Amino acid sequence: MTTNPNPTKPVPTSHRIIKAPIIDGKPQLTESQLEALGRELDAIRERELADLGEIDAAYIRRLVRIQRGLEVGGRASLFLSFVPPFWFLGAAALGVAKILDNMEIGHNVMHGQYDWMQDPALHSANFEWDTASPAEQWKHSHNYLHHTFTNIIGKDRDIGYGVLRMDESTKWHPVWLGNPIYALLLATFFEYGVALHDLEVENIRTGDKSIEEAKDLGRVIARKSGSQALKDYVLFPLLAFPIFPLVLAGNFTANIIRNLWAFMIIFCGHFPDGVATFTEEEVANETRGGWYLRQMLGSANLTGGKLFHIMSGNLSHQIEHHLFPDIPARRYQHIAPEVREICERYGLEYNTGPLRKQFGTVIRKIFRLALPDRRSGRARAREVSTAAA
Amino acid sequence: MAVTTLSPRLRKALGNPFFEALAAPHGVSHWLEQVNLTWTIRSDRAIVTDVRHQTADAVTLTLAPVDDGKAQFLPGQYLQVGVEIEGVTHTRCFSISCAAGRADRRLEITVKRHDDGFVSSWLKAHAEPGLVLTISDPAGDFTLPSARPAHLVLVSGGSGITPVMSMLRTLVAEEHAGRVTFLHFARTADELIFADELALIDVDHDNVNVVTVFTREGGAHLSPAMLAELDIDPAAALAFACGPRDLVDAAIEIWSGAGNEDRLFVEYFQPPAVDLDADEASGAITFAASGITVENDGRTLLEQAEAAGLAPASGCRMGICHTCPRRKTSGTVLDAVTGTRSATADEEIRICVSVPCGDVELDL
Repeated sequence: MTTNPNPTKPVPTSHRIIKAPIIDGKPQLTESQLEALGRELDAIRERELADLGEIDAAYIRRLVRIQRGLEVGGRASLFLSFVPPFWFLGAAALGVAKILDNMEIGHNVMHGQYDWMQDPALHSANFEWDTASPAEQWKHSHNYLHHTFTNIIGKDRDIGYGVLRMDESTKWHPVWLGNPIYALLLATFFEYGVALHDLEVENIRTGDKSIEEAKDLGRVIARKSGSQALKDYVLFPLLAFPIFPLVLAGNFTANIIRNLWAFMIIFCGHFPDGVATFTEEEVANETRGGWYLRQMLGSANLTGGKLFHIMSGNLSHQIEHHLFPDIPARRYQHIAPEVREICERYGLEYNTGPLRKQFGTVIRKIFRLALPDRRSGRARAREVSTAAA
Repeated sequence: MAVTTLSPRLRKALGNPFFEALAAPHGVSHWLEQVNLTWTIRSDRAIVTDVRHQTADAVTLTLAPVDDGKAQFLPGQYLQVGVEIEGVTHTRCFSISCAAGRADRRLEITVKRHDDGFVSSWLKAHAEPGLVLTISDPAGDFTLPSARPAHLVLVSGGSGITPVMSMLRTLVAEEHAGRVTFLHFARTADELIFADELALIDVDHDNVNVVTVFTREGGAHLSPAMLAELDIDPAAALAFACGPRDLVDAAIEIWSGAGNEDRLFVEYFQPPAVDLDADEASGAITFAASGITVENDGRTLLEQAEAAGLAPASGCRMGICHTCPRRKTSGTVLDAVTGTRSATADEEIRICVSVPCGDVELDL
């Protein structure tokens, strides 16, 4: 990591637009361009880190208070759900509470974005979230595997979560005709998908992971999922005894709302059209600048208002998040124009769009990849040019 | 001031598995704390109930621990105290300065501001009744033995007075009849903490001899001659020494020179000084789990990790509290407390007092 001796002073940059040759949809920057790119992004990172303080602490605590308020309100409302409007209100409030807990609070706290506060309740080492996946396990598969090996085929297990065909590199087989159905099931029960994802079932099959290791992990996952189910599907319904079916249904609905929303936002992060995947050969000997480049080419943003960004855990700024995963997410919005300007200067696509457009291309891809590959125009063109040379 | 904490019975009731299951995964305490920071089952909070400014630099804080089990301590022990300043919780060790066994189950710490002491300066300037702190269990082996010695010598310098003051106050409170010599070094009379109380104890208790020496006003430093003058026999008395390095080292020299090192207990009140050769402050430090490598600048691993934008858990920053240990996978580090170098692979080290010598890789 290079260090900028004066983090508040921006690193001087040339404003010449770099026209990098594009191969396979990926701009090919030279080594010195990559190094310059790395320096510029490091400078932003160091400036933001040096600026962390009370305002970030106040923000996350306020959000925690709002989240807890919504959760208490939602559960209380469900207890009054013998009056029908309260059922809808309660399920919605609890769903939103779970979304905030998992995304803007949980995901970001567990990235270590607030570790500098040294508050045990908001430290990545201690935080546990309101979902089936145990924090410890998720931190390994997400913070380490996904964020280090982002979009590298065969290494980033978030590509398709092991149950969907989300890239042509997964060979087609008739089983993939069910791709849209699997996607719908994964979206509906996303919290369990994420929890089981950590078991790395496919690695047990290949022998890369021992069955004992998986069994231990399975027990940890079962304990966490069990305590979640106990609370939502047994204890709270029992407390509301005469109307327990209503409370049970409300809690279930809230969990499904959270699952669908999280699935939608997360799949818009890396699967819309125009997002690149990489082979292990492509990233061999990757420099820090190269890592930054891969994060930018491998992520996509969502446009929207302030509330939308909070509800998405600021994963609507997926590009900024992948560049700076440990900087408090509330800062991405104001870093974004700088990142976009850097992208333009280096001739990189800054992939962004409204939710309906981005998610539309994700759904199209889920359906397209259910079928055998048609040779794309690009691949045909490449074959032609190779033949000509 | 009045403190609203939950009664032990209520805390126990709320902490039962049924409520914990309802409050999962965040825990009951977390929900209660949203309403009031001291309504907690977690027992690591304390509320400041009284603030007394002792001198221009020193302030005494009275603490009401949420868990009054924490009020049980041995005279001489310290607390790790966490203070939130501008969004960041800073943890430092402070000796408990009050007598043990207080009926009101409160604790006192006395904080002396010093120029590069960020937390002590903040507390001196801003601590007010109502401030909520986190506190550890009382800890430390620098404690008064339960079999009270016939002649006890308490030697201290500067803010090192706090643990021995707790010992003295405890002995006075229990009407201990044995001989006690309380020898304290301050730079000036103005800097003497607990001046009035020490004078009173000296007058009221024939068995206690309080001697204060002001080193910037012509007072001598600790020497065998001074001990002889005060009729202290290192071979007969049990001694405790706490304060700056020079004072403690002088005490060690005197007691061990006469072959009585087992009759002396010491506590340094200063982060240990680092003595690193220039050529060792080189190489690269790899924070493997974070994928960050930085050039070794000769500071502690904790400081260098923080400079690289990492925020590992840390506490006292002087090698006491064991909040910060991390696994070193390769390389040599100098332990600033013991002055020893270790090249063992795969060992847990306290990063706050470990200075890398050349290349080091850390699982952080």
